[in-house]
Amino acid sequence: MNNLLIVNYVINGKDVVFTINPKDSLLKVLRDNGYTEVHNGCQTGDCGACVVILNGRTVNSCMVLAASAKDGEILTVKALGDIHNPHPIQRAFAESGAVQCGFCTPGQILSTYALLLENHDPDEKDIRRALDGNICRCTGYVKILEAVKLAGRLMKEAEHV
Amino acid sequence: MSEKFTNAGHSHSKIDSIALACGNEKYTDDFMTDTPLHIAFLYSDIANGIISSIDYKAAEQADGVKLILYHGNTPDTLHTTAGQGYPEPSPYDCRMFDKKVRFVGDRIAAVVADTYKQAEAALKLIKVEIEQLPALFDIEKAIDAGSPVIHSDDEYPAIPVTYKPEENIAAEIVTGFGDLEKGFKQADLIIDETYSMQYASHCATEPHAVSVHFDERGRLVIITATQVPYHVRRIVSIVCGIEIKNIRVIKPRVGGGFGGKQEVFLEQVAALAAWRLKRSIKIVLSRKEVFISARTRHAMRSRIKMGVQKDGTITALDVDDLMNAGAYAPHALTVLSNAGAKVLPLFNKIENLRFSGRSVYTNLPVGGAYRGYGATQGYFALNQHIDEAARYCGEDFCEYVKKRHIKSGETSRVFEALGEGKEGVRQFIKSCGLTECIDRGAKAIEWEKLRGKKLRNGNRIRGVGAAVAMQGSGIPEIDMASCHIKMNEDGSFNLNTGATDIGTGSDTILAQIAAEALKTDYSKMIVLSSDTDTTPFDTGAYASSTTYITGNAVKQCALKVYDLILKAASEMLGADKNELKVEDSKVSSRDGRTVEYGEICAFRLYTSGQLQIQASSSFVAHESPPPFTAQFADLEVDIETGEIILNRIAAAVDCGHPLNPLLAEGQVEGAVLNGISYALTEDYIFNSNGRMTNPDLGRYKIFNTVDTPEIITILADTYEDTGPYGAKSVGEIALNGPAPAIANAVYDAVGIRLRHTPFTPEKVWKLLNEQ
Repeated sequence: MNNLLIVNYVINGKDVVFTINPKDSLLKVLRDNGYTEVHNGCQTGDCGACVVILNGRTVNSCMVLAASAKDGEILTVKALGDIHNPHPIQRAFAESGAVQCGFCTPGQILSTYALLLENHDPDEKDIRRALDGNICRCTGYVKILEAVKLAGRLMKEAEHV
Repeated sequence: MSEKFTNAGHSHSKIDSIALACGNEKYTDDFMTDTPLHIAFLYSDIANGIISSIDYKAAEQADGVKLILYHGNTPDTLHTTAGQGYPEPSPYDCRMFDKKVRFVGDRIAAVVADTYKQAEAALKLIKVEIEQLPALFDIEKAIDAGSPVIHSDDEYPAIPVTYKPEENIAAEIVTGFGDLEKGFKQADLIIDETYSMQYASHCATEPHAVSVHFDERGRLVIITATQVPYHVRRIVSIVCGIEIKNIRVIKPRVGGGFGGKQEVFLEQVAALAAWRLKRSIKIVLSRKEVFISARTRHAMRSRIKMGVQKDGTITALDVDDLMNAGAYAPHALTVLSNAGAKVLPLFNKIENLRFSGRSVYTNLPVGGAYRGYGATQGYFALNQHIDEAARYCGEDFCEYVKKRHIKSGETSRVFEALGEGKEGVRQFIKSCGLTECIDRGAKAIEWEKLRGKKLRNGNRIRGVGAAVAMQGSGIPEIDMASCHIKMNEDGSFNLNTGATDIGTGSDTILAQIAAEALKTDYSKMIVLSSDTDTTPFDTGAYASSTTYITGNAVKQCALKVYDLILKAASEMLGADKNELKVEDSKVSSRDGRTVEYGEICAFRLYTSGQLQIQASSSFVAHESPPPFTAQFADLEVDIETGEIILNRIAAAVDCGHPLNPLLAEGQVEGAVLNGISYALTEDYIFNSNGRMTNPDLGRYKIFNTVDTPEIITILADTYEDTGPYGAKSVGEIALNGPAPAIANAVYDAVGIRLRHTPFTPEKVWKLLNEQ
């Protein structure tokens, strides 16, 4: 049996302490602890459904050992906004028709968030590059690209950045 | 057209989209039940063999293991995993676990344990001996005498259709009309070519999953990522011997289906384990398991012989399809028949026609339903033939098709000849916007400017190509959908349907349809769908049926409710029903008095003629109005590397009056991109033992944002009178265009015919250098 570890994280602004198996991925630990908005699409780092922001950078949480992320600050899509007060990016995705099955959406939104924090006015090429690790099988990306552009405008308007 | 409607025809975001964007909605694996047990499967790494022994004693003793399921302790009920109407047109050729393994990825056993890791670890302790048999990987050899026979037990078809497992034939169709020989004699040119399309995975971002628990009264609750909740309930009941009354199936949010989740192959295992252990059970497949053990697009070889006269008349068409069913045959008959039924009516002036096809068993992964459902394979071949025919008679492709495609008011003898595993249903086309699609698509892609120009840029030569297609809207006389609507005292309505929203937005457009009929706003509809306890029957999300079939059920039902509202209002206002005016949830009399919907409901609940204002409705379609598409590819071929650089693709679609243009466009765009990557990159690479060597999203290449070309979507302006507020289907059709449009564009650029997908640079380069 593996020795269990006790680790601290700050998830969506809240301090948490988890007991984890050192072999587990961050994806597994997050999901097992109720952060089911982080989706498991492939476990090989190819699809981006499990993207979270770890210490300011987007990562595929399936490719990160939970133990190595200890003391880290983690943001899931729920950090951005909620159903009563959605973030402009979340609104933009919904309004643009960028959400079909929605399984890739949290990852898409977090990659968008990371992009827009750095670059308030990305051109289409910037957007395509920033989201190239997030696979979507429903939309053909057309409305996702539109959503990111709309989100940029909404965030500028709201000075939400 | 949308002007006269207040809901239908208006773009709205999906009613679940903001909750999805906020991470609030739940998929199957997100439901937390009390400490569920987990299942890991043992898969065969041998393509064909008989299990001579299984020793699972050590595995049974392993940490956390609760149960091991295999052929020796599970029901041997023959069934099909195809989630289709009952009795299914697919043969009963599989068991939950079998003594035989028939492909690499066939299930030998399942371990149920406290944790997935424990179950997985125990798999390694199971000792299996398999007597290996010669395997069959080549569809051309499947029917040769002396080839291994894959199904030789007591498999049988559930409906009277041709089924010859002793010859590896899972399905066979021969139909036609006219005199082929005479037709070919009248031809000036006979084009006789063979095409093929490869295996493909649906790659829904959510892998297959099922979560089973018991409710407070001991009934089995199956939460599952499915397109077919009612078929799940029936198949689980039959296979596991659990009464229907003890099963509740709930479809939560589903992360895409595309046909892959029209298949019932996990639920019965989870249900049986739960029933035996009286514990919650969870199965979540890994991506690799989805690739190797779930369902696929049927690979197909299609030979087309077409007789053409100098004036372009097609004098005869002989189509011979050979489809790879894989090791089992769910959908093997119906995908095959759709390769004819959804394809051949498009050119309805052909007088001499034969469609023959066979689906054959092989020791490769199992085919199943996949968006496009045979039509994709059929149109890939036909459109290249049409391109050749048009070139032969010196006509532009677009003009050639416009002259000859089926039009409103016309029919095709194919409709009657070919149905879903039986004869089809005669129908006349009532709406056809294909000519408009061709004109608008051609304009968008700058057809006149680019076609035949072979513009050169260094090593790259540019070309444009087109393809046309149709599909259907549900399965006539078979698919049934139903719904129930009740009114609340604030003027809102509960809309309960069995329809299965797998990300398509059907919950939203059904709300729009109901609201249109009820003269209210779609935001007043509270939608509940896909729960076998609380929502009425629906065949499910397949065959491009939901908008048309469930949509019609919802419209009928809403009109019944509307009538009850009018009756109550007439009583309240003391005015004749026919003199009332209804607008925006309010009913007014001629003298200007008004009652609001909420008041009307309260009046009936509490004051007079007390009743719940409510209605239910069921709908079966008697026809299947086809949507149409014209698609155009603008690309460059690098003649040094063989690479195809796709610049743009334009997809013009006639889906009738689009009920929600934003969502309809989304269906088109997603299907187009799936079609593009199927044409260019997606493939199952098998080794000589029949094992897929690229079962991950890194090596099975689907497109990301950087790979994706510009997609131009055009929705034609048509109206289908039999559809709910003019709508036809839109879910599948757009997948049929990209491969042939790209192939025809490559021919336009460099004069090579790509008859075998995927169009890898190596294939293109080779053909270029053989010229």
